[in-house]
Amino acid sequence: MSLSLIIKREFNAKVRNKSFIVMTFLSPLLIVAMGALVGYLATLNSDQVNQVAIHDSAGLLKSDFKDGKNVKYTDLSAMPLDVAKKEVSESESYEGLIYVPATDSLSQLATTVEYISNDSPNLDFVATIEDVVDNKLTRNNLKELGFDYDKIEQAKASSKIHLSKFSGEETFKEASIIKIIIGGISGYLIMMFVIIYGNMVMRSVIEEKTNRIIEIIISSVKPFKLMMGKIIGTSLAGILQFIIWVILGLGLIFLLSSLFGVQVGAAAQPQAAEASKEAMDGIQLYLSEIWKLPLLTIFFSFIIYFIGGYFLYSSLYAAIGAAVDSETDSQQFLLPIIMPLMLGVYVGFFTVISDPHGTVATVFSMIPLTSPIVMLMRIPFGVPLWELLVSVAILFITFFAVVWFAAKIYRIGILMYGKKPTYKEMFKWLKY
Amino acid sequence: MESILQVNNVVKQYGNYTALNNVSLQVPKGSIYGLLGPNGAGKTSLIRIINQITMPDSGEVWLDGERLNPSHISHIGYMPEERGLYKSMKVGEQALYLAQLKGLSKTEAKTQLEYWFKKLEIEGWWNKKIQELSKGMAQKIQFVVTVLHRPKLLILDEPFSGFDPVNANIIKDEILELRDKGTTVIFSTHRMESVEDMCDHIALIHKSNKLIEGRLHDVKRQYRSNTFEVGIIPYNLQALLADINLKYETRQASFKTLDDELKLEVKLPDGGNSRDLLQYLLQHGNVTYFVEKIPSVNDIFIKTVSQ
Repeated sequence: MSLSLIIKREFNAKVRNKSFIVMTFLSPLLIVAMGALVGYLATLNSDQVNQVAIHDSAGLLKSDFKDGKNVKYTDLSAMPLDVAKKEVSESESYEGLIYVPATDSLSQLATTVEYISNDSPNLDFVATIEDVVDNKLTRNNLKELGFDYDKIEQAKASSKIHLSKFSGEETFKEASIIKIIIGGISGYLIMMFVIIYGNMVMRSVIEEKTNRIIEIIISSVKPFKLMMGKIIGTSLAGILQFIIWVILGLGLIFLLSSLFGVQVGAAAQPQAAEASKEAMDGIQLYLSEIWKLPLLTIFFSFIIYFIGGYFLYSSLYAAIGAAVDSETDSQQFLLPIIMPLMLGVYVGFFTVISDPHGTVATVFSMIPLTSPIVMLMRIPFGVPLWELLVSVAILFITFFAVVWFAAKIYRIGILMYGKKPTYKEMFKWLKY
Repeated sequence: MESILQVNNVVKQYGNYTALNNVSLQVPKGSIYGLLGPNGAGKTSLIRIINQITMPDSGEVWLDGERLNPSHISHIGYMPEERGLYKSMKVGEQALYLAQLKGLSKTEAKTQLEYWFKKLEIEGWWNKKIQELSKGMAQKIQFVVTVLHRPKLLILDEPFSGFDPVNANIIKDEILELRDKGTTVIFSTHRMESVEDMCDHIALIHKSNKLIEGRLHDVKRQYRSNTFEVGIIPYNLQALLADINLKYETRQASFKTLDDELKLEVKLPDGGNSRDLLQYLLQHGNVTYFVEKIPSVNDIFIKTVSQ
């Protein structure tokens, strides 16, 4: 009875707050806007055409460098090398100079070609130069060995591997990118939710303490109930926000899908999907992939891991809020909470992406302090049910232990004013 | 007299510090009971135990014939010394919430709240936020919130701090009215004027121990010093002064009278009585003032604490 009252009050206090409303509806817009901006900036970058000079007095390679979308070659072989170098180095319009020394034997080119520039060149471009040289030398070698290059070209086969799962779903390379993105977003979102809503719990505890309303309330309800009511009420606000975002997100994907003519039920009709696959490109391909992900599993896992992870952390936040008198005093105690969250995100980004089912990723998706983040990143790649169950079980067992421990500190802390407690004193409170 | 609250041998320790050392109290039903003591004496610790915020290490508390249990929460109204409300919550909403936490239904809470708002003439505040109110106004709300659920036992810790004299009087009258309707009130304070005014029973706690308890009258009787304040217009001032100091212990006194008489505090010797003193005085002049000096709560408090 009183628990539901507290939950209701906390929920209302959060949801009616102007910043909640602004955050809920504005931040997806901001994210979309940021995405668009990044995309736009990327296209700006790729439109730029780089001028590169070539000095190839013997004319060995210059015909092999073909102007591309982003690069244009200018032949400066007519000048002496010194002059050409000076020209390129002083002129704003050139990126650099490819110097091909005159040589009797083509094979020497493998080590003697130089690229000279003011800035260190980007690796892609260096690879392009190397490709050109390799190609030329390979051709030449083949010719010397008596092969007909054109025939070899004709004989080359081109294949495209068909990726599929045993469950019958088809996958293709683009799917991995989608999975990384979806997994990354959900893992990152969990971390943000835990930090944002955990902080809200802490602030609300500190507010009650500094308002001095706390003593009135705990003369009516047990501190444990108050703490749980606060945590649950705040989490409901978080879940509401998440659901609103999911609805907005699904709406957006749905809208894009119908705009680009992707069948929403594509996963259910593999034949049709295959037939139309050829016709798809870019955005359509990605969109159809999204619909094939285990969206429902992701959604429910998010809710479960959010609840588990959030409860675990926010009870710690509540204990910290109870122990200190003001938010400024809380910094010292917050660091140990943020560390495992950051660790989760880093482990997620570095190991899950390269090997979603490797040892490191699996272990960290079991450790309760990091599992909500790491496991969510793994889920889009398909995680065996038993692993999920074990991880969730460990998470909730830890959660109960931590809540018990936090409640003890909370109970004493809310009535303590004045000096900021040390860890040693907080440990003593456990025994009161 | 039947007691509503009984505290038996309560001990409370925080680490090595003893906050309450074997304290027992009897609070009679329908009384206004002053719980006195200097800061840090253990009053708040005792009040927190009665409110079930903390548990005693040993000893027991009985409310209205039952061992204290969670169902009693709705029978007690508590206004702590350090008090406050949610600053950004509306007054009405907040009061309803706190009353519901005490076990009132929403409709009942609403009826009660309307009654009190009307009584204190603050109907217009329902939709205001606490942060828009002055400190005194917020204190009024605080009082309403404390009594909204019609508790049998009202515990007020320094109730008048933060009130201006006008509002303090309003609240005082409300407390007396509640007492007349059968509510028992425990006053925790170190301001003695209000105790003198309102309490009929007192207990004094000092350094974790209860030193005095009883009806205010009885306590005062116990602390009477057989001293009389005397005003006299003597026939011969010098002779009287010379003579009286041989028979009695006297001191210069100050009280208000109309004439310019001699004012003395006269302490009776052991076994002496007031009739002898009065007769003696009548032989020496016109007596204009003759009153037994009653120890004030303040005197008792200071005397006991400094012992």
